[in-house]
Amino acid sequence: MMLSVRDLAVRFATDGGVVRAVDGVSFDLDKGEILAIVGESGSGKSVTAQTLLGLTRAPNATITGTVEFDGQDLTQLDDEQFREIRGKRIAMIFQDPMTSLNPVYRVGDQIVEMIRAHRKVSKKEARDSAVDLLRSVGIPNPERRVHNYPHEFSGGMRQRVMIAMALALDPDVLIADEPTTALDVTVQAQILRLLDDLNRERGLAVVLITHDLGVVAEIADRVAVMYAGQIVEDATLDKLFYDPQHPYTWGLLGSLARLDQPRPARLAQIAGMPPSLLNPPTGCRFAARCPHEFDKCAEPPPLVDGDRCWLDPEDKRRLRDLDGRIGLQKGVAS
Amino acid sequence: MFRFVARRLTGMIAVLFAISVIVFLIFNVIPNSNPAIRIAGKNANPELIARVSSDLGLDQPIWVQYLTLMKKIFTGTLTSYASAQNVTDQIWRGLPATLSLTIGAAVLWMVLAVVFGYLSAIHSGKFTDRALTILSLVGISMPVFWLAAILLYFLTFKVQLFPTSSYVPLTTDPLRWASHLILPWLTLAVLYVGFYSRVLRSNMLDVMNEDYVRTARAKGLPERQVRIRHVLRNSMIPIVTLFGLDFGAVVGGGAILTETVFNINGVGLYAGRAIGSLDLPPLVGVTMFGAFFIVFFNTVVDILYAFLDPRIRLGEAAPA
Repeated sequence: MMLSVRDLAVRFATDGGVVRAVDGVSFDLDKGEILAIVGESGSGKSVTAQTLLGLTRAPNATITGTVEFDGQDLTQLDDEQFREIRGKRIAMIFQDPMTSLNPVYRVGDQIVEMIRAHRKVSKKEARDSAVDLLRSVGIPNPERRVHNYPHEFSGGMRQRVMIAMALALDPDVLIADEPTTALDVTVQAQILRLLDDLNRERGLAVVLITHDLGVVAEIADRVAVMYAGQIVEDATLDKLFYDPQHPYTWGLLGSLARLDQPRPARLAQIAGMPPSLLNPPTGCRFAARCPHEFDKCAEPPPLVDGDRCWLDPEDKRRLRDLDGRIGLQKGVAS
Repeated sequence: MFRFVARRLTGMIAVLFAISVIVFLIFNVIPNSNPAIRIAGKNANPELIARVSSDLGLDQPIWVQYLTLMKKIFTGTLTSYASAQNVTDQIWRGLPATLSLTIGAAVLWMVLAVVFGYLSAIHSGKFTDRALTILSLVGISMPVFWLAAILLYFLTFKVQLFPTSSYVPLTTDPLRWASHLILPWLTLAVLYVGFYSRVLRSNMLDVMNEDYVRTARAKGLPERQVRIRHVLRNSMIPIVTLFGLDFGAVVGGGAILTETVFNINGVGLYAGRAIGSLDLPPLVGVTMFGAFFIVFFNTVVDILYAFLDPRIRLGEAAPA
């Protein structure tokens, strides 16, 4: 086990009350595994990812639970101890490669700076490794490109630079927070392939945060679906796509555009809005939007075998089947 | 780069021209400004006034008067109406004192502003920040003439910590030069320290939320390095702009109050006296001199910008 998260909760105290952005999230990441955390905006997936590396620094935030990595609980580390983990053992890349690099330094210097923060090497050696890193992530003319500034790269190339930087110290885990969201579809595919290659060649374990099930299907080994600050389903890729247990997952799958089916008049959607995290419902958080709600749903369902739903497995199989494909509900008009 | 400098030089000439015209016209519409009447004395008869007027060229059409004035400025033969002294010489004579005052004050205000702004930003909301906020607001609110008078009264008269005012040239005695300038430096710097540290603080708080600062932290850089290399460095860009404007202004005679209260014979004091006696030639001279410095330092800042922010390329059209 590389990384083991237990009951992680992140709360933000605001004028309107306490926002439970992440509320009791638990998951494990195995060596060399690609775990996708899927959810819509505001489901808490990005906050979860940032909290793993201690980057949730708002003074109004309270963090509880444990993040176990290599025998230590990361939530207990101070900044100086965390430096040994950040970048060196666990690296992170972010959603917007346009703004994630400092515009006033050459990309080579930004990689050199990272290497020299952890290893006692000369500038020259660090720069040589920067060139090698840029080459390894598929940047042409790396000897010349190390001297360029971020604005001289395209979006996809900048994300490659970010990945090169993340790999600089040969970390065990890469946390990728929506790494392809800001990119064109073709560039997206290239970046995903790069991550997949790194995973296979270096045994790099990846936590991939995304809202895009297409991205998940591409490279993930296992998927955790987040809804309103909680994980509602945690399953292998195949199981999630072919035997999904939670109605929210059915809704997500049902809303995908499918090339192998006749084109519907409009794409299916999940009616309603996610609940406010200021005062989340006491029972099942998805109940208000779920057509299969029943009296049991007023009690909070636990996560059992990667599933947070009270429905009987037999009923689930019946309810999710909409004329041979999986969905939440037929013909929902908005 | 060459096109940029050429464009800025053209702009500079246009600005200086406009300023000279405005100053000249203002002087001509001020009531009781006719220098001939004042020079001729209290009980002058009309003939005497007419003679003085014609000596000064005041009987010429206004545009001829303007051109004559400009010609004198560019040939360095401009003389004061009141004292018949050469204006250019007087400005040159005042320059060492003014530069001593302003460069020293500028160093002081930049260093203190960066230190205070930085401390304020990294302790934002805490006691240090609040204390520095109050301090800078006090600094911004204190009028220079009042602060100068208070400092003089308490630190040179009550407690004789510093020598009484006036300027000692650096070449005469560096120690006395500095000890005589400490209070003026402080007085001139206080306003800018307050203002700049507030601006820097808010810039830094903005930059702290930038994605690249999060990246820097995720890279495992020491917190100090994150704050200085990434936050402070990127927050300095607007400060440099302000500095270019303000420094140009104080060198070009903007330190009138400080120079007057501390009796420093600089460009500002010269300008102050010329205003007092409604003496046009020194006024135009000092104004042009000041305008030149403001435009000049602005250009320097724009060039500096390209080094501070590599996204800026001089002389090229801005990307759409």
